[in-house]
Amino acid sequence: MGLINQSCGIGAIKENFGKSQFSNADHVIALAGNPNTGKSTVFNALTGLNQHTGNWPGKTVLRAEGRYIHQGLIFKLIDLPGAYSLMANSMEEQVARDYLCFGRPDATVVVLDATCMERNLNLVLQVLEITSRVVICVNLVDEAERKKIQIDYHALAAELGVPVVPTAARDGVGLDKLVETVSGIATGRIETKPNVVRYKEEIEVAVRKLEPKIKKLIGEAFNARWVALRLLDKDQTVIAAVEQWLTRKDGVLTGMEGVVLA
Amino acid sequence: MSRGSLSTGLNELLKEANQLNPGGSLRLNDSMVSTIYSRAEEIAGRVVTREGKPNIDWDKKLDDILTSRFFGFPSMLLLLAVIFWITVAGANVPSKILATGLFWGQERLTELLYWLHAPAWVNGFFVEGIYRCLAWVVSVMLPPMAIFFPCFTLLEDMGYLPRIAFNLDNLFKKAGTHGKQSLTMSMGFGCNAAGVIACRIIESPRERLIAMLTNNFVPCNGRFPTLIALAGLLVMGVATSFGATIIVVGIVLFGIVTTLAVSWVLSKTLLKGVPSSFTLELPPYRKPQIGRIITRSIFDRTLFVLRRAVCVAAPAGAVIWLLANINIGGVSILAHAANWLDPFGQMLGMDGYIIMAFLLGLPANEIVMPILIMSYMATGSMIELDSLEALHRLFVGEHGWTWLTAVCMMLFSLLHYPCGTTLWTIFKESCSFKWTALAALIPLGVAITVCFVVAQTVRLLGWA
Repeated sequence: MGLINQSCGIGAIKENFGKSQFSNADHVIALAGNPNTGKSTVFNALTGLNQHTGNWPGKTVLRAEGRYIHQGLIFKLIDLPGAYSLMANSMEEQVARDYLCFGRPDATVVVLDATCMERNLNLVLQVLEITSRVVICVNLVDEAERKKIQIDYHALAAELGVPVVPTAARDGVGLDKLVETVSGIATGRIETKPNVVRYKEEIEVAVRKLEPKIKKLIGEAFNARWVALRLLDKDQTVIAAVEQWLTRKDGVLTGMEGVVLA
Repeated sequence: MSRGSLSTGLNELLKEANQLNPGGSLRLNDSMVSTIYSRAEEIAGRVVTREGKPNIDWDKKLDDILTSRFFGFPSMLLLLAVIFWITVAGANVPSKILATGLFWGQERLTELLYWLHAPAWVNGFFVEGIYRCLAWVVSVMLPPMAIFFPCFTLLEDMGYLPRIAFNLDNLFKKAGTHGKQSLTMSMGFGCNAAGVIACRIIESPRERLIAMLTNNFVPCNGRFPTLIALAGLLVMGVATSFGATIIVVGIVLFGIVTTLAVSWVLSKTLLKGVPSSFTLELPPYRKPQIGRIITRSIFDRTLFVLRRAVCVAAPAGAVIWLLANINIGGVSILAHAANWLDPFGQMLGMDGYIIMAFLLGLPANEIVMPILIMSYMATGSMIELDSLEALHRLFVGEHGWTWLTAVCMMLFSLLHYPCGTTLWTIFKESCSFKWTALAALIPLGVAITVCFVVAQTVRLLGWA
């Protein structure tokens, strides 16, 4: 709905000047997921905003921002555009990937569609490569129930090594638990041990050689394993971004945004 | 560390990465994708269990009809027709009630001013100018919008829009543009400015520009009331709301055909290129949240658009009243301007007043019809206008309209330049004066050509 409002109403102002609006947040949370899994519904439910929700893929083109308060802490929530993977095949995927890597959110919620877990898990595995501070939100569980699909959430959490929260965001089910878990991850109260995908030996050998050197160069700023993989793949956008980051170490967040969205 | 040593560090890393993966011999991408996919499959296999067969796959059954080769288009037309029919049939009564109520208010206001011994121009300027124009905008605009917006949002919420894209994809590809343009076009039915914003989902700049330039060819909510009222005039005394619906659907189809045709021409001339492919997921149908849709579409859309229309209508009403009441050489400025524009209007099957209404309606298409009614009334003898019958008397009886006038005005309304807000949005999105100007000039050119051809052909054949 609010597209009109977004395009020519108050939204237009927000879009231009909203970037520094929530700069006083304690924690920054990114919301990622495949298209049409209900990310914007989760976003609205948490922030109380009325981001346009519609049942068509691709409606969140650029990211939307909002915030909520939990136990006295301000959480800034970033609704990333829906992406099937983080291979940067499209504008949406690139925006999502670059934000996860260079925006360095304190926690990332990956929203999954409970009715097609397999496809959604592809994205989860790729997100886990970039960041370990992840909460899995299995959304649309009501729909899955109707389709007689059962999911073992404990087993899923064990497989992935990160917390899993089932939700039905449209009816507000599971959101309290989600907020609680997100806060745990962001504050470091909950520690995660993600089970990162291992590739074939040749790749792993190369990664093992590069990883320590990358760590030495950029420290803990980005996930060294992921950067190693990207460098091996000669990913120009990542190389450029790392280069930019090296030349102006302080202005990471804003600087990267400039590169990435340019 | 100095800047130099840091970038040398990176360069060395890159060199080493190159040596580790000489000429891409690791086939990194393929290998990673297949590893990730098989791992996802493995996890899903362990945690997901399907309890027997799902009941009936309604999604698939529905999609078999709604996106089928044979029934896809007819069902799309049918859905469109049903929505318009609900809008046309449902808007009539509330429109009449609102008009009656608001014009009763106008009389009371006049009485009040008379009682206060206000000078005549105060009543003219504020009541006959501003208030009357506002009353027209509200009674003409509000009912169709309040019905159409929720209906359209319902379709969007259920997940029908991607199906439209699926059905039309082939046509857009043939026109050399992106299939997602059908999504942005559908958004245009709500509001062209929203449609232009939605064009961001198209990655290729060439295809995005085409989508932006042609978005105007589907009638937005500001123009539907005009089209509906004119369609009502056309079938008056012959058919019912059903006939009007068919005409509106026809106009919309013509708009879609024009979108495709102009897109095709653009992609063959100014914006040459091949269409890029994309994957479109057909999301599951979801039960719409009807209560929320109604409240949100009324607060977010209807009232927003109405507020904008009212903001534009108030000054427009004042301007019209001034133009109609300031005389130069015994004739009002309004009449002067209309007379001056008349030859041009006649050439296109319309008249000077209609052209002027379109010119003054640039800030918001919603006010074209109210402006036209205002300027006709300012020159005619009729004071009250509270029904379609009265509109018929005003247009046909006093200003010599024929069916051709109505048809040409509908065509012109469908095709002419986008409203000010949309143009501003196009400018913001494209950051280019040139493309913004083209976004106004291309539709204008098409509108003039089509109206000219229609009017001259019909007259030549002696049909009107």
